[in-house]
Amino acid sequence: MSPQEHTLQYPLTQTAPLEPPQEWDELRRGCPVADVHLPNGAPAKLLTRHEDVKATLADPRFVRDIRVGTRPEGAEDDPGDLTRMVPSTGEEHLRWRRLVGRWFTAKRMKQLRPGMEQIAEDLIEAMVASGPPADLKAGLGFPLPVFVICDMLGVPARDRERFSRWSDILLNLTRYTGQEMRESQQEFVAYMSGHIEAKKTAPADDLISALIEQRETEGDGLGDTELLGTAMGLLVAGHETTANMIGKMVAMLLADRSRWERLLEDPSKVRTAVEESLRADANAGFGLSRVLSEDTEVAGEHLPEGTPVVCSMAAANRDERVFTDPGNMDLHRVPNPHLSFGAGAHSCLGQALARTELQVTLEVLLRKLPTLELAVPPEELEPVEGLLVGGLREVPVRW
Amino acid sequence: MRITVDQDLCCGAGQCVLIAPDVFDQRDEDGIVELLDPAPGPELKDDVHEAAAVCPTAAITVDDG
Ligand code: HEM
Ligand code: SF4
Repeated sequence: MSPQEHTLQYPLTQTAPLEPPQEWDELRRGCPVADVHLPNGAPAKLLTRHEDVKATLADPRFVRDIRVGTRPEGAEDDPGDLTRMVPSTGEEHLRWRRLVGRWFTAKRMKQLRPGMEQIAEDLIEAMVASGPPADLKAGLGFPLPVFVICDMLGVPARDRERFSRWSDILLNLTRYTGQEMRESQQEFVAYMSGHIEAKKTAPADDLISALIEQRETEGDGLGDTELLGTAMGLLVAGHETTANMIGKMVAMLLADRSRWERLLEDPSKVRTAVEESLRADANAGFGLSRVLSEDTEVAGEHLPEGTPVVCSMAAANRDERVFTDPGNMDLHRVPNPHLSFGAGAHSCLGQALARTELQVTLEVLLRKLPTLELAVPPEELEPVEGLLVGGLREVPVRW
Repeated sequence: MRITVDQDLCCGAGQCVLIAPDVFDQRDEDGIVELLDPAPGPELKDDVHEAAAVCPTAAITVDDG
């Protein structure tokens, strides 16, 4: 292994909004376990090869820690952090995952599809009514996933806008004040608690009602606090990620418009095009952090217990050992074992939902707006400032 | 072609069912994989291999022999 000349500052900088950082190829080739400095100055190891990233994410000895490197040294946990009401490790996590997971099966997604199509069509119509040009992220990418989560939770359509606002404030740590965050969280908790109570007396065909019923009939299920945490967790995990991915997917497909045209000719390639967009996403954000619970070895390098490790799924998704011609966006690529949803027992619970949302978005766009194009040159697209999830600030389009 | 699945490994991501619905299903109780057809015909070979390759926990094994 060639020695590293200097410790890299992480996250690495991209050369252009849709292009990968230059270092990825070199690191994968010569330095698969690289020394980096995280934003708070702490040292960590960066993994970039498919094999290592996959094995690390799936290995229970690498403990999940979303807080690595993104918060100042010594900062206290926020005691009001609702996502911590959902168990994140061991048996308890498995139990939670199995209880909630039955709502994320492929069969469920098929049932949800017509509702999603309607949401996409309505949003696109509203966008058309006020444009062109329009910001596809604000008009479609941002609202669609919240509306879908609302439907799943049984939240009525009239309250969708409030959900969008709470979600936006809760996720945008930089744009809003602590006061606004606390208020939104309180409003969300008050609303959701009322919603849970209402579902106890008037259950319907939604996730909250089903989880309540399960607890009553099977004696095992989620308590009210866990239900609240689950609702919040799904919103936090499923909104910004999907919203950004919708924006990036459409931007990548339009940046070279021959890609869009190929899909217009053959819409049956939507499924593989979605997977390829997930793989090719060079602006995927921070990656996933893990901490070692015991000494181990990665790519031949000994790593002691306590080592913070950052897995770059986006770099692994361009590993030439696994993907032929990884720099090329191949809309027919099969199989496509990208790691954008993580791997192993903690891999994205909502991936079937996210995939369905992305497929529906693309199908409806191709059908309703075949003349869609970017309203700015691709190199003028602006990445969002933030750490965890990468995305584009706006996706200006016309048709 | 013989297929085996390891239900202890499966995380219920449903990728296999999306790709090869005639071969894989998910249990209603918890979304864990169920094998509908352990020996599907050759016309499903590509789909089955794709499902096995993209399964996030490598819970699907295919023996082509
Ligand atoms: C394109 C969109 C999405 C991407 C790229 C994405 C990515 C990820 C990744 C990489 C993880 C693994 C985290 C880790 O290992 O530490 C994860 C976990 C998770 N995701 Fe997603 N996600 C997306 C959409 C969604 C949606 C729509 C939902 C649900 C509404 C969702 C719910 C979850 C949950 C609950 C977890 C935690 C699973 C666990 O701890 O067992 N995600 N996601
Ligand atoms: S793809 Fe793998 S993890 Fe997902 S349901 Fe199928 S067997 Fe289980």
